[in-house]
Amino acid sequence: MRVGLFVPCYIDQFYPQVAIATLELLEKLGCEVVVPRNQTCCGQPMANSGFASMTGGCDRNFAKNFAGFDYIVSPSGSCVLHVKEHNHLLNGQIYELCEFLTDVLHVSSLNARFPHKVGLHQSCHGHRGLRLASMSERNEKPFSKVEQLLNMVSNLEVAIPNRPDECCGFGGTFCVTEEAVSVKMGKDRIREQLDNNVEYIIGGDVSCLMHLEGILRRQASPVKVKHIAEILNAD
Amino acid sequence: MQTDQHVIPHAEAANQFIKNEERTDWHDQTLWFVRQKRDKIAHTIPEWEDLRELGSQIKNHTLSRLDHYLAQFEANAKANGVQVHWAANAQEHNEIVLGLIRKHSPTGIAKMVKSKSMLTEECHMNEYLISQGVDVVDTDLGERIVQFRQEPPSHIVMPAIHLKKADVSDTFHEHLGTEKGNNDPQYLTEAARQHLREKFVAAPIAITGVNFAVAETGGFVVCTNEGNADLGVNLADVHIACMGIEKIIPQQKHLGVFLRLLARSATGQPVTTYSSHFRKPRRKGQEMHIVLVDNGRSTQLGRPDFRNSLKCIRCAACFNTCPVYRRSGGHSYHNAVAGPIGSILAPNLDMRKNADLPFASTLCGSCSNVCPVKIDIHDQLWKWRQVLMAEGLAPASKKVSMQAMATVFSHPAVYRLGGKVGRWTVKNLPFLVNNKLNPWYTQREMPEAPPESFQEWYAKNRKK
Repeated sequence: MRVGLFVPCYIDQFYPQVAIATLELLEKLGCEVVVPRNQTCCGQPMANSGFASMTGGCDRNFAKNFAGFDYIVSPSGSCVLHVKEHNHLLNGQIYELCEFLTDVLHVSSLNARFPHKVGLHQSCHGHRGLRLASMSERNEKPFSKVEQLLNMVSNLEVAIPNRPDECCGFGGTFCVTEEAVSVKMGKDRIREQLDNNVEYIIGGDVSCLMHLEGILRRQASPVKVKHIAEILNAD
Repeated sequence: MQTDQHVIPHAEAANQFIKNEERTDWHDQTLWFVRQKRDKIAHTIPEWEDLRELGSQIKNHTLSRLDHYLAQFEANAKANGVQVHWAANAQEHNEIVLGLIRKHSPTGIAKMVKSKSMLTEECHMNEYLISQGVDVVDTDLGERIVQFRQEPPSHIVMPAIHLKKADVSDTFHEHLGTEKGNNDPQYLTEAARQHLREKFVAAPIAITGVNFAVAETGGFVVCTNEGNADLGVNLADVHIACMGIEKIIPQQKHLGVFLRLLARSATGQPVTTYSSHFRKPRRKGQEMHIVLVDNGRSTQLGRPDFRNSLKCIRCAACFNTCPVYRRSGGHSYHNAVAGPIGSILAPNLDMRKNADLPFASTLCGSCSNVCPVKIDIHDQLWKWRQVLMAEGLAPASKKVSMQAMATVFSHPAVYRLGGKVGRWTVKNLPFLVNNKLNPWYTQREMPEAPPESFQEWYAKNRKK
């Protein structure tokens, strides 16, 4: 199975360890992973700011780089959702990492170990947009593709915050244009995680984690953030 | 209605609101409690999601034949002995209402009581009538509180939800002469009750809103928890009901769907305490009027991307679930209807004034999930952003930076170089990014720059 790994721009530049973990994990699970060199950004920052009209170059570049793969996989629910909904040039199936593992590879066990207590942060775009788990607002049968995978990791203790799927306040350019609300939302998410005495806040979107990490570091908190790929790939 | 009045942008108003962090926490928790009540009761109805779908489809159907149902409603209402008026905009609405009041109170201060109607807020009717010598008394407790304070409601179901007991006590002390510092809710409510009784008895005219108007019967339903609408109209000689044209539902039986959805979504109650059905004047000599208001609704109906915002039944579930609303308060939206639904309705009324509102969201999508009539609120927020930017309502600097980003990301070599320069800068010249001009840095650290990008690592470690 030939998989094109889509590494979102900010992961490429600031969180390479997340892309490395994703690559190693997919390879361990038997995928032939290719990383197109000329990939850049999915175009979401412009589109969500009201400038979808400017994303033509991004869309073309993305479609060109990811033509011809069986699957395109990315460790970001948000970017995947954007591509799915708005890149009409792309001819291929794109998956967020967790849903690719549960729905395509049908992973039933992992050789991973992470002996820590972690707090799960659900990213809204992965959670509500891609339906990676049942949503607290809906009257529906509970399920979670993310927790299904985390349950395969040895010695891992997962804590779910009191408000299980409240937004962290990142929101793309919202994080600077509505700085006060954004930070307040982030602080409130962190407080709930800290109430559970977690050592790490983990999630499927580095954008949320980058925002939460920025606040944690400003608070000089010992709590760290990690992407789910890093947990699933840990041994 | 076009307005050029200066409004404080949402982000700035929110920043002010959050300065009192303890109060922000209280506001957030109070509204989250209402959201939880909604979840609890919605989750006890096994067919809840089907009910939402049904509500949505009935509304979609109605909107697709709105002209037909409005004409049917008018004919049936007239046959019932009700007088029907049509208003193209807020001003016409206000003038019609004033005309009816003046017909019955030609001179002097005209007395009237009013139960909650967000439409009259949207039309700024109170200010208009007061300027014309009408003594407007809001009889919903929360509405009366904010009226005393000369504030607009901050929430369409709980108008005074931004106020604490102590604030109400201060307000009542000033306006009703209650004991200073007595914050006992029962004491304060009793004071309001006695005060309002006098107003009810004295008012010959009562105004109500309309929650649902039934085309096949010409009747309409008003939902309250305080019974103030009933008290007002049953004591008055004239009942004026004001409604937006989107309040129509085709048949009486459809009320069974909407009344079940409304109260559960709004407050977590199985049904509102009073669901009052009105069809014809009670007795000879009593007058009943219905004012049907467009005020931009037919324009919205003509916008395919935003049409279904007119399905809204004003339950405010999207307010209560919105993490931004809970932490910025209703007044930060500078529109009669705040919250996520207000943010997709307001630009239709005035794009320039409300260009900030569709951006007052993280697009988390919770609003669309709680909406009892399945309005795709967060998708419409996204679509309004596109419309507003295409209309040229972005600050010039934003457009330039977006264009720069688009160029960088369209050219892989430029992107790689930019990334390298960016990481080098964060590492070696941190003061260039860690400063007051960078809103990220005000309350957050910048991400640490790794020694190499993933692509650089990959080229070194994996490329054969």
